[in-house]
Amino acid sequence: MTNAAIVQQTQGPASAKGLKEKIVIRDLSFFYGEAQALKHITLPLYERTVTAFIGPSGCGKSTLLRVLNRIYELYPTQRAEGEVLLDGRNILDPSLDLNLLRARIGMVFQKPTPFPMSIYDNIAFGIRLYERLPKAEIDDRVEAALRRAALWDEVKDKVNSSGLSLSGGQQQRLCIARSVAVKPEIILLDEPCSALDPISTARIEELIEELAADYTIAMVTHNMQQAARVSLHTAFMYLGELVEFGQTEKIFTKPDKKKTEEYITGRFG
Amino acid sequence: MTLYARRRLRNSLSLGLSVGAALFGLLWLAMILVSLVVEGVGGLTLKVFAEATPPPGAQGGLLNAIIGSLIMTSLAVVIGTPIGIFAGTYLAEYGRDDRLSTVVRFVNDVLLSAPSIVVGLFVYEAVVVRAGHFSALAGALALAIIVVPVVLRTTEDMLRLVPNALREAGASLGAPRYVVIRQVIYPAAKAGLMTGVLLAIARISGETAPLLFTALNNQFMSYNLNAPMASLPATIFQFALSPYQDWQRLAWAGALLITLAVLALSIVARLIGGGKPGK
Repeated sequence: MTNAAIVQQTQGPASAKGLKEKIVIRDLSFFYGEAQALKHITLPLYERTVTAFIGPSGCGKSTLLRVLNRIYELYPTQRAEGEVLLDGRNILDPSLDLNLLRARIGMVFQKPTPFPMSIYDNIAFGIRLYERLPKAEIDDRVEAALRRAALWDEVKDKVNSSGLSLSGGQQQRLCIARSVAVKPEIILLDEPCSALDPISTARIEELIEELAADYTIAMVTHNMQQAARVSLHTAFMYLGELVEFGQTEKIFTKPDKKKTEEYITGRFG
Repeated sequence: MTLYARRRLRNSLSLGLSVGAALFGLLWLAMILVSLVVEGVGGLTLKVFAEATPPPGAQGGLLNAIIGSLIMTSLAVVIGTPIGIFAGTYLAEYGRDDRLSTVVRFVNDVLLSAPSIVVGLFVYEAVVVRAGHFSALAGALALAIIVVPVVLRTTEDMLRLVPNALREAGASLGAPRYVVIRQVIYPAAKAGLMTGVLLAIARISGETAPLLFTALNNQFMSYNLNAPMASLPATIFQFALSPYQDWQRLAWAGALLITLAVLALSIVARLIGGGKPGK
């Protein structure tokens, strides 16, 4: 069965629920120099839902995420082929303004990446990039973003201290707040909890579920329980190919493919 | 002898040699410092900081040389630092592996270890001969040429130590590259960049050869950038070679002064450079 057919098959129930395709990945291949890391991936991401990418290490799930905001272009030897349609427009089009694109698509990384500046400036940095606002309004936006990331209560008395002074879990929520502050439409999460303790992980998972009300979220995770808990759809990838895509419940209870079942039940990976 | 005993013996032997070599190196350094302090501290009076260099047999200080060194060093840093930082930024951020970077990196390494007298001769040919006279400006220029490779190298090294994750995080917010570099990468590498500048200052504050051909020297107080200017190293060179005891005493005092200044700079560089980039 081709990728397109997989998607065709699984689109049925999703569109029945009235979900809108925010992003459509079509026949996407990706290369690190000569090495091909993604092979003809075709996959939709539905608006205001969480889609999880799972699969063993090296299967290409992080690579796929890094195509969605073209962050891979920081490295000259990496290139993508195929189409990624965001609201119908191909974002791999070289004439597209990259910075404007990235402002619409937030990204949170595996390890927290606070900037070496105050908590306040970490958030205000992104806001100031594209908006000229009076100080009071930036204050409001910073507070709103920190509240959104469930961090405000912990930092409201020290927004001027360094972002690096926070704990790992707090730093990761700061990074989520920073992404949310620029009002993106999509948020990409690259194993956002892998460097965190269980309590911080639970908080971030809760947060992701809340954020799904407003944002289209794509999340790479190594933790299958996390995918099961948080996402509405799951894509299982293996060796650069999309093996199966569908509603998370179905993938985790009665997957169509043998490979998926083997991975889910821990027989490899 | 068992294998283990042999290993232990070999270990003590190489440890002994290493410690010996380290002590041997330290010994000379200590002797230099001790003789500097012993000979220089007597001449280090208030007069040194208050009066210009005297004619032989008269009383005087090193004020003109100290001021001259400060002026030319500052000017060299002002000229050389931006060039070094911008070039280092290009190598680390924009053209990591392109052809231009490879060439610049190689040439910079050559410049880094080029004998400073060659730099002095170059500026002599390029500026002094053309202008028809020695000048402080030419001296500062020669020193600036020595500043550039030091700052360039440390800038590139320090920027490379900043994790790529920060660049990606900046870019993923939609920030243009120069904004990420200026507002995220530079602050993350701030301590390292400052260290590079301080090291460059330490390096040029003792340079004599490039100044002999460019700023020459001056027995009198002068603030004129277009005229010869005194400097501590050139004055030490002149006074130490002279047969006059007063001059020799001042040369010792000047040598001690430079050494203490460089020591202080190195300590400051160590202190602020202690924090790793990104922390």
